[in-house]
Amino acid sequence: MPDSIKDKVIAIIAEQAVLEPSDVATTSTLEDLGIDSLGLVESIFAIEEAFDIQVPFNANAPQESDFDISSVASIVTAVEGLVREQTAS
Amino acid sequence: MKRVVITGQGTINSLGTSVAQTQEAMREGRCGIGPLEMRDVDRLSIQIGGQVKGYDPEAVFNRQQIVLYDRFTQFTLLSAREAIAQSGLTFVGDLAARSGVVLGNSGGGMNTLDDNYRTVYEDGKNRVHPFVVPKLMNNAAASHVSMEFNLKGPTFTVATACASSNHAMGQAFMFIRSGMAEVMVTGGSESMLCFGGVKAWEGLRVMSKDACRPFSANRNGMVQGEGAAVFVFEEYEHAKARRADIIAEVIGFAMTSDAADIVMPSKQNAARTMTLAMQDARINPEEVGYINAHGTGTAANDKTECAAVADAFGHHANDLMISSTKSMHGHLIGGTGAVELLACTMALRDGIIAPTIGYEEADPECALDVVPNVAREVEVDVVLSNAFAFGGLNAVLALRRI
Repeated sequence: MPDSIKDKVIAIIAEQAVLEPSDVATTSTLEDLGIDSLGLVESIFAIEEAFDIQVPFNANAPQESDFDISSVASIVTAVEGLVREQTAS
Repeated sequence: MKRVVITGQGTINSLGTSVAQTQEAMREGRCGIGPLEMRDVDRLSIQIGGQVKGYDPEAVFNRQQIVLYDRFTQFTLLSAREAIAQSGLTFVGDLAARSGVVLGNSGGGMNTLDDNYRTVYEDGKNRVHPFVVPKLMNNAAASHVSMEFNLKGPTFTVATACASSNHAMGQAFMFIRSGMAEVMVTGGSESMLCFGGVKAWEGLRVMSKDACRPFSANRNGMVQGEGAAVFVFEEYEHAKARRADIIAEVIGFAMTSDAADIVMPSKQNAARTMTLAMQDARINPEEVGYINAHGTGTAANDKTECAAVADAFGHHANDLMISSTKSMHGHLIGGTGAVELLACTMALRDGIIAPTIGYEEADPECALDVVPNVAREVEVDVVLSNAFAFGGLNAVLALRRI
């Protein structure tokens, strides 16, 4: 199950970056992948829609949001956490 | 070239239902932002705004008018009535033919759209009121002002998002300066505080959930407002001949495009626009005492705007005052520059600089005198008003004390 969350998140990010999912390394930052602030907001929207979750993210203070966007791996971890909370509630 | 002066001003916004009330609130640093009151507010993640509260359209407009006037048109007409009454002008004959209306607005009749989409999509009805189109079109306000006051010259609406009002007032200025018009009723309005309007803004993730704190290090986004402000711009000799009470002179205007990004501002082009406005006004940077900032309270705008001011003004950037009144009335989008021009006329006429309220923490990237939290009494001779819109469209006005 965690793998499928990871795969879905990577697919969303890959689509935004116009890359093949196989070319998205989990260690990459969004900047490495050429995703700008608009691309980020669009990716978060796609993630919310795909997993039916609310992502706490304010573009004015990304570093203060509970949602860690520093790398693909951190985004996957954050989404896994939100999906867990969603299932628990 | 003709000179252009302001001989009337009117407004309704979250700070008050007149210029006197609004400027008093600005002097006192009062905040008009509060909990939103609207249908389905519980489904919004952003629940604050600078909403006009306690306003009853039926107390000022009759039923036949209300079916044609969206909220943004109502706000415009109320503001225009106050402004034109103050100017003392009546438009007949040649003056009517040489006077027009140019207003800024971004969303048009958003409340009308929202209500009628609900009717057809949510309620499943197959019929809407026959006047939906004339009510929601975003030139409706300009047309109703021209009809109510018999203004038969150039009349239209400018839609350039957050710069709409500044662009509109810039057009009004140029019409009179060039001799194409004698009087222009100008300014702008917006009424996007409906479910769909706020929901759309939520999507961008740039809205604050608690307050608009421009230039403060802990700022976390913009807050929407609603309302209108309308001014009477008049050719100087015409105003002088009839011994009109002149509020201020409009001395310069510049507009540019970043041609770069649909949402991110540009320091270089913001600076260029301020410089061009000063050149158009034939003033030196050292003459500018106050800038009414665009100051949206987003991370991106405020640091870019401060850097642009530093670039455009050099060492004088440290001596001038710059404040954002959006901290009090919120961001009126297409109407914002008009309400903010009231802070400029207050600075020039009364020598009172409106503060940036909600300022809690210094930000090294916004290291200018932002007039934090408390208004200041200082005489200034020249002021600028900035607007930097989504779409990379910039508009700066320059005004002088008279």
